[in-house]
Formats: sequence, C-alpha cells, structure tokens
Amino acid sequence: MAILVSKKVTKRFGGLEAVGKVDLEVKEHAIYSIIGPNGAGKTTFFNCVTGFYTPEEGEILFNGRNITGLSPDRVTRLGIARTYQNIRLFKNMTAVENILVGMQPHLKSGVLGAIFRDPRTNREEKEAVEEAIRLLVYINMQGKGDLLAKNLPYGEQRRLEIGRALASKPSLLLLDEPTAGMNPRETQDMVNFIRRLRDELGITILLIEHQMRVVMSISELITVLDFGVKIAEGTPQEIQKNPRVVEAYLGRGAASGLGQAPTAV
Amino acid sequence: MKSKSSYWVKTLQNGLVGGGISLLLSVVGLVLAFGKSYVISGVITMGEIFVLAPFLFEAYLSVRQAPSKEPGRLLITGGLSGLVGGAVLAVFVLIGEVVNVRAVLINSSPDLFALLTFHLSLLPGILVLLAVSLVTGVIAAGAYLLPERFRGTLSQAFMVVVLIGLFRDLIVTVIIRWGVVQYAFLWLFAESGLKIIGALIIFVLVGVLAFWSKGRDRKAIALKQSPRQQRVARWGLLGVLGLLTLLLPVILGSYFSEILDNVGIYVLMGLGLNIVVGFAGLLDLGYVAFYAIGAYTLGVLTTSEAVGLLHLSFWEAIPFALIVAVFAGIILGLPVLRMRGDYLAIVTLGFGEIIRILVLSDWLKPLLGGSEGIQRIGQPTIGTFVLAHQQELYYLILVGIILAGFITIRLKDSHLGRSWMALREDEDVAEAMGINKVKTKLLAFAMGALFSGLGGAIFATKIGSVYPQSFSFIVSINILSLIIIGGMGSIPGVFVGGLALVGLPLLLSQFADFRYLVYGAVLVVMMLMKPEGLAPEARRRLELHEDEAGPGPQEEPQTVTKNPGR
Repeated sequence: MAILVSKKVTKRFGGLEAVGKVDLEVKEHAIYSIIGPNGAGKTTFFNCVTGFYTPEEGEILFNGRNITGLSPDRVTRLGIARTYQNIRLFKNMTAVENILVGMQPHLKSGVLGAIFRDPRTNREEKEAVEEAIRLLVYINMQGKGDLLAKNLPYGEQRRLEIGRALASKPSLLLLDEPTAGMNPRETQDMVNFIRRLRDELGITILLIEHQMRVVMSISELITVLDFGVKIAEGTPQEIQKNPRVVEAYLGRGAASGLGQAPTAV
Repeated sequence: MKSKSSYWVKTLQNGLVGGGISLLLSVVGLVLAFGKSYVISGVITMGEIFVLAPFLFEAYLSVRQAPSKEPGRLLITGGLSGLVGGAVLAVFVLIGEVVNVRAVLINSSPDLFALLTFHLSLLPGILVLLAVSLVTGVIAAGAYLLPERFRGTLSQAFMVVVLIGLFRDLIVTVIIRWGVVQYAFLWLFAESGLKIIGALIIFVLVGVLAFWSKGRDRKAIALKQSPRQQRVARWGLLGVLGLLTLLLPVILGSYFSEILDNVGIYVLMGLGLNIVVGFAGLLDLGYVAFYAIGAYTLGVLTTSEAVGLLHLSFWEAIPFALIVAVFAGIILGLPVLRMRGDYLAIVTLGFGEIIRILVLSDWLKPLLGGSEGIQRIGQPTIGTFVLAHQQELYYLILVGIILAGFITIRLKDSHLGRSWMALREDEDVAEAMGINKVKTKLLAFAMGALFSGLGGAIFATKIGSVYPQSFSFIVSINILSLIIIGGMGSIPGVFVGGLALVGLPLLLSQFADFRYLVYGAVLVVMMLMKPEGLAPEARRRLELHEDEAGPGPQEEPQTVTKNPGR
C-alpha cells in the first residue's frame, strides 16, 4: 500500500517552475530515493510534502489523506518527519532538549500543567526524558545528552537530527542528503543506520542523496528529477541504464557517446 | 624593536583615551554636578574621582598590556599613561584660559576650571593636575604589581568607601531610624561624605573582611561539609535573605521603599518581557502598551470620579485589568505572528504608540480623561486596612513578583519553555517539529502582557492616578535594557538589571540629568565586555563565551547544568 502519493505536484517561484507535475508513489516500508543534479527541485519537493510550501497544483496524499497545504506542524503530527540538507539543529539547546522538542506532538500537558506540576504532567515529563535518553542510545550517543548541539562533532549532529525526527514517532521519514560531507566509513555507517530504521522501526524512508554508491546500494526505487521534472523512475539497475539520466548528469555527449550502461554514474 | 615602540604608542593611546573620557565627563557636567559632594570630607570629592578614575583605569590597562614585567618600567608606563591623560585636561584648561569655551560647551564654567586646577591659580594648578594624574597612573601600576589577593582586597575596600561616601545622605537617613544604634555609626560621617577617620575604619574593616574571604577556599570548605550541613547552610542563607526581603521596608524607611517599589514594578514587567524576548525571542518594543492597559483598566474600574465605570474595589478590578491586558496581548500577537526580527520590533513599537495615542484621543476622553488622565484610583484594602503607603505596597509588589517569578521558572523548565526556545533558535524547524507556532507565540505574548498588566495595575494604585505621559516609548526601552543588562532569558538577571537600571538612577538623584548618558555608556560597555549580561543564564554564558574556552581535547565538555527535577 502506498504511504505517500504525489499527484502532479507543481511549485513555482515567480516564472521558475521548481517542481513540475511530479508524480510519485512511495510504498510502505520502502526505501525510496529522489536524485537529480543540483537545482533539480528535490528539496523543494520535500518542502511541499512537509508543508513549508503549498504547491500551486496537484495534491499530496499521506496514508490516503490529502495533506496538501497543511501547516508544517500539522503534517508532522500526522506522522511525517524530516531532516535538513544543511543540519538545522537547535544549536544552543542540548542534545536531549533537541530530542524533547521533537517529541512535541506527543506531549499533552498545557500551561496550567506546566505551572502547577500536577502528577500527570510530571509523569509525562519524566517519561519523555526517559524516552529521549533511549533514543539517544539508539542513535549511539549515550552520555552526550547534556552537550550543546553545536558542540557535537559533525557525524553526531547528523545522527542527532535523525534522532530528533524519530522522536515524533513518524511513519515516514524524509532524509535530505544524510551522508553529505561524510567520509566513506561514516557514509557506510549511515547507510546501515538508515536500513535499521526501516527494518527495526518499520519507518518508510524517502531520501534525497547525491552519493551514487549510497543511492544504488540502499534504494528500492528511485525517481530522478531534472529541472523540476521527473525524467525517470525505476529500480537502481533500471536507472543506471537509463540514457536520460546519464544525459542529465553527464551531458548529452556523454549519453550518446557511451551508448552503454555507465556503472560509475 | 617594532613591538616595543608600538607598545609605547599604545600607552600614549590609552592615556589619551583616559584623558578623553575625563574631558567628556567634565564637559557634560557630570564632574561639576558632583564637585561639591565629598566622598571623604575635605579630601576628595566624587567629581574628582570622576576625573581621575579614567586615568586609573587606562593606566592599569597599559600596564597589563606591557610586554616587560619589570617593576620599574611598569611604574613608568603607568605614570606616563596617567600623565598623558592629565595633559589632555591641562590643554583643555589652557584653551579655556584663552578662548571662551563656554559659548559652545555650557558646562565648562569657571567652577569646572577651578575644580580641575584644584582651586589654584593657572600655572600651579596645571602642575598639580599633572602631578596628581602622574601619581594616579603610578598607583594603578603599583596595584598591578601587587599579588592578586591584595589587589582585590584594596580595590574592594576602596570601592566600598567610595560608595558609602557617595551615598552618605541616603545611608544617614536610614541610620537615624535605628534609635540608639544610630550613634554607633553616625560619627563616621561628616556633613558631606565620610570623615577621614570613618573612611579609614571602613577601609580597614572591609579590607580585612575581603582579605579573609579571599583566603578561604570555598570548594574545600564545601567538600568538608556533609550534604546535610550544606543543605542547612543553604536553607539558612535563603531564610535570612527571605526575612531580609520581608523586613526591608521597615529597616530602610519610606524613601528607600519608594525606590524599591519602582524597582519592583519594573522587575515585574521585566519578568514578563523576559518571557517574550528572552525565552521566545520575539523582540517587542511596544511592551509599555500592556502596562498602560493594565493601569488604565484598573483606573477606569476603580476611580471614585464620575468618569469611572462600576467603581469596583482594587481586588475586584484587578482580574479585569489582567484579562484585558492578556486579551490585548493576543490581539497584538495575531497580526504580527508572521513577522520576524526587525519587522516584529517595528510593528510592536507602533502598537505601543497606538495605545498611547488612543488614550490621549478625544474619542476616548470621556472614559480615559485624555491628557488629564484618571485620578482617585482605588487602593487595595485588606479588611479595613488600606495599603496606601510605599512600605505597604511593597508587599503587594513582592507578592506579584513571587507569583510572576514562580510562573516564569515553572514555564521555562517545561515543554512549553523548550518550545519557546526552539522557536527562538529556528522558527521553521520548530514548526516542523510539530510546534504550533500560532499558539506558542500567542502564549508568550499573553504571559508577557499578564505580568505587564499586573505591573501597570499596581503602578496605577500606587500613584493614585494615571496619565498618558507615564506610558511613553522610553518605558519599553527601559524594560528591554534591564533585561539585556541582567542577561537575556535569565530570571536573576531581571532583578539585577532592575536594581542597576531603575534603582541606581533613583538613588543617585544627582545623576538624574546624566541618566541616559550613563545608560547608553553602560549598554555599550556591557555589549562589548559582557554581552551575556550581569547575571546570565548558564546556557547563554556558554553560547557567547565558548570560543574563549577554545576547543581542545583536555577541555571539559560544555554542559548545561541539569536541574535535579529531571
């Protein structure tokens, strides 16, 4: 069953069509990648899904429900979480606090609860902190909960951002270039970690990725965008053989000149 | 050799800066205003201290920057720096002799020149001025040469003597309330400032105390104590502070109570604005509006004049005042939710002005009294007892502050507090975390408006009347400044800021003319030297000073103290 369906989603900025009539269907428990050259509209598409942008045309269905135009907090509450291409943690908050903010959709206590500290609020707060620490362990950062996010090493900041996204207990996780700036070893760890998220937590993963090795090894299905338009869709093998994809990445000459499957795209 | 010569240039520069500051303080009239108020009777006036203090400071800076630490050279450096400063003033005096400076700088009166030349004739006066500057510089260098413990002791003792001498009048008004005990203290004081013997006694006493307390290793003592002892000590200290807070108006009398009341009202509002600006990061420059709304609502509802509505009692009216203020907070919040940073500041500023102009308008004059305001506002009563006097209102304000402080602390350490912080850090991401931006921001505005409205209501009942003039833009700026001085987002900071920015100017009535000069200078210096504020939050200190700690493996990780409640 499809968890996320995008129907002819179009987003324009002035005259520029950043995303044009993109159709997409992500199956539940899939790891699905969106690739494309810089400026292809991948992040813009993410922003449409998560409610930052309202697409001019088309609609986005999440679990069969139309979420087009909902505000970001509503979208998150429905079960979509995301990370950012350039890490956007709350830099001056600690790691635990970052995760606790991520838990926002599940905290029910209000102002009065916060002021009077009734037993229910206390219990909720205690459970939230325990859960946050469990998550911290899950992302392999135990004992670092009291460090300010900005003082963490790069790789941990990436993981913490995913941890924060997990805190909202999403059923769909959007990862925007999770391996950007990582060395091969860190990249491999991240790939394994993403697989674990899907296998252990049953979260569907929608991924933007630049490193072809990552994309080809991890994805079950790939959509290729170029200038905001979907130019190909298929399994990694199909994508590698697709001349339009090669053209988009390497230019027209490369595609016609080679005329064969470029393995090192 | 280049470094050496550039170092002498630096010393000259420092000296010139010191002279410049002295000159500035002189020509704006600050020196003259304090020219007659002795710190130590017959020895030194506050005016002279204002002239010499910059030399002291700059000479100390020069010595500290000196590459060679050889004592003789350091003394020369300090002396030179002081001398250059003195020379600046000397040149000024000479110019004053030839040209009529007063035509441009109205404060450069003959009195000022007399003060600068120590009431001597021109040439001996200038020589003495230069000599004194030189000596001041040498003293600064000498202080630098002393071991840290002695230097700290001396400077603290010196500061206390200056403060006691400066506040002589106020201290005496307090002391004479103490019955027989007064005679134990009164003889220390002269007609103006301290007697020489009094100054000496205080200097020695404070010096000994400071020296002793610096010798103790607090951590070692704390380690020796059992947790139980520590707890007892902590509660004991809190108890004494609490008792002192309760007794303050009785001990200090009505004049100080008036000051405390004013500080208290500002602290109350500061706590509210701290939520809006410090926690949620929404720069609100129209905060005075809620203060006005609280005050006017209470005024309209309780005044015994014909214009009033309902003629309620203070206690009946205060819930309405708060509700109206909160409602106004939400009304303001709704349209400005989408704005950020500068735009938000401008719109809120406009809102503050709208409220003030509305109050002044002919349209609302039948209700709010236009520029004549509302008089005869009801006073709070407990049974038949009327809280009318400053000393009694102090307790009302205290209760307000305790309530506001309690609510603030609780909210800060809740998921709401975290949501505010997240919004402050990155609004987009906060929203993507499921934080309802509208609700969370409105709540911050509402809490801010609540405390400000309460402050306004208490202000109205304290003065007994409200006028539009009381609610000008500068009030918003004052509250914002006190938060900045104290430390954004820090609750103790609000108190420190309130005492420093509202209390001090009221204490120093002579400063009244220079209030905004001092204000501006203090703000600039603070932002340069201590941007996190006087009593910063642990987190803020980390934010702003992490680069000074520097990265390194031996560095202990920067953590925010975890509260025990977690």
